[in-house]
Amino acid sequence: MNKIQNNRAWWLILPMLLLVAFSAIIPLMTVVNYSVQDVFDANTRFFTGTEWFKEMLNDPALQAALLRQFAFSLTVLAIEVPLGIGIALIMPKRGWQASAVLILVTMPLLIPWNVVGSIWQIFTRGDIGLMGWSLRELGYGYNITANPVDAWATIILMDVWHWTPLIALLCFSGLRSIPDAYYQAARIDRASRWAVFRYIQLPKLTNVLVIGVLLRFMHSFMIYAEPFVLTGGGPGSSTTFLSQSLTTMAIGQQDLGPSAAFSLIYFLIILLVSWVFYTAIMNMQKDKKNEEA
Amino acid sequence: MTDSLVSTPDAVRKHAAQAAARRRRKSRSALAQWRRRGLMAAYIVFVLLPIYWLLNMSFQSNNEILGGLTLWPESFTTEHYVKIFTSPSWYMGYLNSIAYVLMNMVISILVALPAAYAFSRYQFIGDKHLFFWLLTNLMAPPAVFLLPYFQLYYTVGLFDTHIAVALAHCLFNIPLAVWILEGFMSSVPKEIDETAFIDGYSFPRFFVKIFIPMISSGIGVTLFFLFMFSWVELLLASTLTATNAQPIASVMTQTKGASGIDWGTLAAAGALTILPGIVVVYFVRNHIAKGFALGRT
Repeated sequence: MNKIQNNRAWWLILPMLLLVAFSAIIPLMTVVNYSVQDVFDANTRFFTGTEWFKEMLNDPALQAALLRQFAFSLTVLAIEVPLGIGIALIMPKRGWQASAVLILVTMPLLIPWNVVGSIWQIFTRGDIGLMGWSLRELGYGYNITANPVDAWATIILMDVWHWTPLIALLCFSGLRSIPDAYYQAARIDRASRWAVFRYIQLPKLTNVLVIGVLLRFMHSFMIYAEPFVLTGGGPGSSTTFLSQSLTTMAIGQQDLGPSAAFSLIYFLIILLVSWVFYTAIMNMQKDKKNEEA
Repeated sequence: MTDSLVSTPDAVRKHAAQAAARRRRKSRSALAQWRRRGLMAAYIVFVLLPIYWLLNMSFQSNNEILGGLTLWPESFTTEHYVKIFTSPSWYMGYLNSIAYVLMNMVISILVALPAAYAFSRYQFIGDKHLFFWLLTNLMAPPAVFLLPYFQLYYTVGLFDTHIAVALAHCLFNIPLAVWILEGFMSSVPKEIDETAFIDGYSFPRFFVKIFIPMISSGIGVTLFFLFMFSWVELLLASTLTATNAQPIASVMTQTKGASGIDWGTLAAAGALTILPGIVVVYFVRNHIAKGFALGRT
């Protein structure tokens, strides 16, 4: 759509801008302020420049947490996106079943994140949890507080349970917005199921998938409450992700300078990955449009 | 079918083969449909099993929970629910959470509507950068803002109020609302605005009387997402509150006592947090099922 050039549109943006600036720019400036200083008390502080940043980037514990974070985010994306598309394709489209399935599938999304952790804690405990108990009865020594592999598998399973519905929901409504005429044309052409998916459904899903993947990446990268409740970051530090390292440092140890520097690095990584992903997808679409034209 | 009159033996054979293929296709699609239903059912069982377990626990006494694994409550009890509904520290947690979520939804949608309209209709200096900057707020990890928020709201005297949490959640909810609404608004033809202005509508009257009804399902979907992300967030919510506006999420940590975790009450409180979500999905289910394609097409 070609838009009208009109700078008075700023007036429409203004209320939103003030509110977001209040809750984004002021705190962010506080963080920047801390990140370049060493604060002893209210009156004694020293300018440290980039020292905290160097220290944080060279901290082996944080590097390990960062690697774990990437491994976790990529794993859940690789499982949730295909699974979510699959669920969206088999969800019933009409009648009461459609409403019922929609409500059931969406349920995990609307549970507070620490409750999700509690649900899985209850579900996977060896003594009182259905899953933990069954696995033990089957002869597998399942134990998330001692075995890192079990802890990882459980957290990934929990995340799949929790967030696949988002991808499924977005894809479902994306699919519903495809006019029936497209499917009729495909039927006349005797298109195979795969061809219908590849050339009709998938292109229509690109936009929702971009949003879905971006949201999923950002949220998985910020994951905090669920593993905190479920495993507390353990065993050892095998499931300690970045947010948890950060809150321990900022609230637990009150290391303002280092944790502020760490916050900024953390934020920049998310920004960079999202930006690269977004630009790559947009360029791909532009290329495709150019080819068609 | 080109010839309905089958005469030559060759054509008869061809006709029969075609009919057989049609039958095969039909039975294969019936089979596919059953497989579909089977897979869907399997997924729903996967979704419901942990929730069932939570409900199961919430209706058991703590003795039964710790005494051994029972697949359903054998001595059915509602003591945990009674405890939650009769003790103000528990039910106020729910009311506090609902209060700040509603405030956040109202604030976010009110400021996001005009902003999204501006982004979808006008070109102005810095529009693209502004939009990208908005999206970056969606990417800010709440853990980063924990400390500055605490200091900021403490300084302006809003600490431990509902509005503090509502404003803090605006950080990610306003950008999300603008993002979703902009997509919906861009699918409304611009000619509608122009016609209305020619007919003598002022901008506010046009916006409220004509434009908002046209994107009502977009507003429904947006409100759903606003509710969702504000209701589930707890890191900021519990940091910015102490006692007066404490969300249910931090009340739930009370269940960890000296004598271990009060599993029954924890399960009952968890089960009750699911309810508001179900109510909200119920209201927007038709908007979602009608289909929407987010983003710019």
